Amino acid sequence: MVIQESDLSNIERLRWQCRRGMLELDVLLEAFLEQHYGDLPPRLKRLFVQLLEFPDPVIHAWCVGGEPPEDEEFLQLISTIRQTKVA
Amino acid sequence: MALEKQRFDTLILGAGGAGLNAALQLANANLKVAVVSKVFPTRSHTVAAQGGVNAALANVLPDNWHWHMFDTVKGSDYLGDQDAIEYMCREAIPTVYELEHNGVPFSRLPNGKIYQRAFGGQSQNFGGEQAARTCAAADRTGHAILHTLYQQNIRAKTHFYDEYFAVDLIRDDEGYVLGALVLNIATGEPLLIESKTTLLATGGCGQVFRTTSNAHINTGDGMAMVLRAGLPLMDMEFFQFHPTGIAGKGMLITEGVRGEGGYLINKNGERFMEKYAPNAKDLASRDVVARSIITEVREGSGVGPEADHVLLKVNHLGEDVIAKRLPGIRESSKIFAGVDPVKEPIPVFPTAHYVMGGIPTDRFGRVMPSADDDGDHLPGLYAAGECACASVHGANRLGGNSLLDILVFGRLAGHNIIDYVKENSAHRSLDEASVEQAMSRLQKWDAKGDGITVSQLRNEFRKTMEDHAGVFRVEEMMVEGVEKVRQIRERLSQVRLTDHSSTFNTNRTEALELENLIDVGLSIAVSALHRKESRGAHSRPDYPNRDDKAWMKHTLYWMENDRLDYKGVRSQPLTVESFPPKERVY
Repeated sequence: MVIQESDLSNIERLRWQCRRGMLELDVLLEAFLEQHYGDLPPRLKRLFVQLLEFPDPVIHAWCVGGEPPEDEEFLQLISTIRQTKVA
Repeated sequence: MALEKQRFDTLILGAGGAGLNAALQLANANLKVAVVSKVFPTRSHTVAAQGGVNAALANVLPDNWHWHMFDTVKGSDYLGDQDAIEYMCREAIPTVYELEHNGVPFSRLPNGKIYQRAFGGQSQNFGGEQAARTCAAADRTGHAILHTLYQQNIRAKTHFYDEYFAVDLIRDDEGYVLGALVLNIATGEPLLIESKTTLLATGGCGQVFRTTSNAHINTGDGMAMVLRAGLPLMDMEFFQFHPTGIAGKGMLITEGVRGEGGYLINKNGERFMEKYAPNAKDLASRDVVARSIITEVREGSGVGPEADHVLLKVNHLGEDVIAKRLPGIRESSKIFAGVDPVKEPIPVFPTAHYVMGGIPTDRFGRVMPSADDDGDHLPGLYAAGECACASVHGANRLGGNSLLDILVFGRLAGHNIIDYVKENSAHRSLDEASVEQAMSRLQKWDAKGDGITVSQLRNEFRKTMEDHAGVFRVEEMMVEGVEKVRQIRERLSQVRLTDHSSTFNTNRTEALELENLIDVGLSIAVSALHRKESRGAHSRPDYPNRDDKAWMKHTLYWMENDRLDYKGVRSQPLTVESFPPKERVY
């Protein structure tokens, strides 16, 4: 997928794409978008937009299922997502 | 600007397993099919179904569709329609084989056949030995099915409207459904989709309760559209709750945790299940554990600043056992409850999981609009999946039967629509008054000024539903609950959007969803108040027994004046003897 600069700043669109088929991902990704996304460097913003295109079970396994991604960059993003306060 | 219009043979609202399986049958028959989904199709809630699909393939242990039927009738607490259940259990077999041929990567046995696992509630020989009936694709069955069906639909040229929100059905004076008004979430532009037939496959409504395992998209949109069209919902009082969801959040903490030796405690550290179920204790049935938790909270033994939950203790099992046998639970607890179960207990509360009721249909997916059991179906309108009520789950659903329901009835609705379109090949004239009415539903949210926010009213509503129409149902508090929800419905007119932009206006979409939630919530609260017995998932401590004489019947709820009516259970199967009601013992 080709990610445009405008994709990174369209927060409302990203908010809707944080709507997933699994409650865990809804809660975690929406909270991450609110709390951390704005402070990310463009490189990680781009990666987050890319992450939203992955299937739910993959994102779930990476973020919640204890099966972190092998890719170093994704690993960095996922560990930030996992630190999001949802409690 | 003129309203944009598109025409299709069939319009399908919802892109979960039911919608996509129906769409595939239709597209393969060269019908022009539109699928409208408010999220990208493979992000539908079907993706969260991990368990599998029941079908009596007999690949692992002896099995028979008739045994599957017996288990389903018994599981339904005899409220399921036995003709529909027979049909589903028979059709389960070709449905699974069709999915296999379409490319679903089912787990396999060494001999190449589809692997089948054993699940609670499955028996051989009408209540005998354990059966193994559930076909799975590892622990990602829902995802595998959804992904395969989506790919096949792309191949078959189904037309997808991704990120479109269905606003309302369009009907004419004679009752024919002519399509729906939908909203392009990306642009805020409405679109009128005219169709010869419409299938509602919009999924469940778990978001009516504060604590639910359902994704945020499960807001009962199709059910509410049916209510607004003057049609009934059936058996909405039957809602399955899982006893242990993360408190205030809803994510499931599997029964396996208690199976491994975890147990529930109250604020005094007491293992309270010893009091409610001296033998089974924490492994008592779901409804018993859920009610016990609520009782503890209601009697002031809850935990936390609001004393509104209990604790699930697992740290005595040790880090090694937790890491080895319950790895997902540890991660989930850390993220969503903020506790590491190795060190601290997990805050839990019953979580709304699955609605057995829904849009009344016959076994072909045709919507049945009246209490007259032999009455006509509604021309051109179909429903399938969790939003529908065929009724195969009756008062309670068996594990592995929910994916089955959506796939079988999605497929069969597709077949029936093909026949209907052959006989009704022309589009009917559009009813402008109905279009205007649907448009007005959208336009009313353009009102500006101060008011209640969507999230304020939503939070109040969901808490009210949880407190007054959730697990614990006694007359007095339910009467109060119905009144409170009615008042909330009145106050909906005071809600104002904080965002009036056009593109990806989630505030507006959430307002439309809230309206749906409230309409559907009232159907649950009113139906539950009036069923004065305990059956399946509907538990009334003030009427603790099942009453077959008075209540062996389906509830029908209409929105106008919150009217109720009832119709008999179809106890006569298609080709075999009826299973008469018995006490349910497992």
